[in-house]
Amino acid sequence: MPHAEARQAKPRGPLEWLLIGVVVFYAAVLLVGPLAAIFWGSLSHGLGVFWRAISVPNARSALWLTLLLGASATVINTVFGVVVAWVLVRDEFRGRKLVNGLIDLPFAVSPVIAGLMLILLFGRNGWLTPVAEALGVKLVFSLPGMLLATTFVSLPFVVREVMPVLTYAGTHQEDAACTLGASSWQTFWHVTLPTIRWGLLYGISLTLARALGEFGAVLVVSAGVSGLTETATLFIYRSLDDRNQVAAYSMAMVLALISFTILLLMELFKRRADEQ
Amino acid sequence: MRTAESVLAAAHPGAPRPWGRWGLRATAISYLALIIVLPLSAIVATGFRDGLRAFWNDITNPTAFAAFRLTLTVAVLTTVINAVMGTLTAYALVRYSFPGRRLLNGLIDIPFAIPTLVTGVMLVVLYGPQEALGAWLQARGIQVIFATPGIVLALLLVTYPFVIRAVQPVLLEMQKDQEEAAYTLGASKWVTFYRIILPTIAPGIITGVLLTFARALGEFGSIVVVAGNIPGRTLTAPVHVFGQIESQNPRGASALSILLLALSFGLMLAVDSLERLRGGHDAAR
Repeated sequence: MPHAEARQAKPRGPLEWLLIGVVVFYAAVLLVGPLAAIFWGSLSHGLGVFWRAISVPNARSALWLTLLLGASATVINTVFGVVVAWVLVRDEFRGRKLVNGLIDLPFAVSPVIAGLMLILLFGRNGWLTPVAEALGVKLVFSLPGMLLATTFVSLPFVVREVMPVLTYAGTHQEDAACTLGASSWQTFWHVTLPTIRWGLLYGISLTLARALGEFGAVLVVSAGVSGLTETATLFIYRSLDDRNQVAAYSMAMVLALISFTILLLMELFKRRADEQ
Repeated sequence: MRTAESVLAAAHPGAPRPWGRWGLRATAISYLALIIVLPLSAIVATGFRDGLRAFWNDITNPTAFAAFRLTLTVAVLTTVINAVMGTLTAYALVRYSFPGRRLLNGLIDIPFAIPTLVTGVMLVVLYGPQEALGAWLQARGIQVIFATPGIVLALLLVTYPFVIRAVQPVLLEMQKDQEEAAYTLGASKWVTFYRIILPTIAPGIITGVLLTFARALGEFGSIVVVAGNIPGRTLTAPVHVFGQIESQNPRGASALSILLLALSFGLMLAVDSLERLRGGHDAAR
């Protein structure tokens, strides 16, 4: 929002200072307090304790699994997200509006309910259990189910970030490329993709942030076997249950740090997208 | 020989050939059907599988009903506080320059990025009964963790950005002249705000409010570690659904889920039609 940066006025009266005071105080209590607390809680016993807590084998495998699931869900949602966005913006067909409405469903569904859906489909007596068994995949209480859950909850981001950019860009350049003899794939790769890249990257970061932090849906479909099907968030939850505060707080700190990094990247992408 | 297909392709040269277009359309629709429609139907079918009466009993049994009522209460409370504080924060950020303004603006998106379970852990570290501040508050009779205030605090934190980010773009686009004209003509600051600013930013506030409410209905990760989950007292609806899944009661879990889904999906539709009225998409950020 560069055009708006210059318009802020200096507060003049006591009422204006009061407003600012209230706003800043609220943010400090609500946001900064808890953030400071997690730094304090995880680092107050020293860096060594923090490091040991997150480098035990179970913690390392949990982090590794979280990264693996997050990356896989992000790849799936990036590929399908671009396809869905393209179809919704460029294609006309009956039921387009309905499809468009469905995209937001994962935002409106509690993650626990997302997990329940998977249990109903793939659990005992599930609708698709015979299909999955015939294919030899075990989807509930196993990694594929956790991946499906993570993919579901982070589905809308890429679609929702790419759609406005595609709409705004219009079809002139794609048409031109195609007229000049480029194949559909060349047109997409050399014209469409560069146009949507910052919006897409922004959507990808949102997807990744959401996928890495997913808890409710994964909790429902995971067997939560420590060291095997335990993600970082499940590790935190179990550690809290075991009254192992050091482990829980340290892992929470790691996830918070990863989120900050993604957030910084997002700011960068958003600025680039706005410049475009 | 020019086939009908090649004529079509020539008319819209930027689009893939018809078979490619059909392929993409089919891919998009079947992906969504598989990952969204099918799971949703499974929930509805399971919730109603023993008839309407069983469904009714499932959602009116004392624990489920108390959980639903608690969820509604804390969601409404959170939404009201968030509407007021979010609007004030957006206004201060857009209109005034003050020390720390940029920092505050950067901090606002943090709840979007941080896993909600981590949010809950943060609150436990700060307000937990074994921690310094929590113990101090408890000595004065204020219990935050394992009580309703903790739930509301978690929801406020998780939904902090929604109203701010929905109101900010509207305020930015709003002409400041109107405001200044009203003020110059002798309207008090309060009247200016009430008569000029509020009606303009109302659609933004409503969008933010609906997003907040939908999110508050479904929130799980932060609440489950903060609430203590005592049935009838601090057990929220999503946590109750989780409990029903764990105790092998898919019908009960589905019934309450249907109730929550109907509420929040109806709200999302409301947001959608509102945004179409305004013709903007920024609010979703």
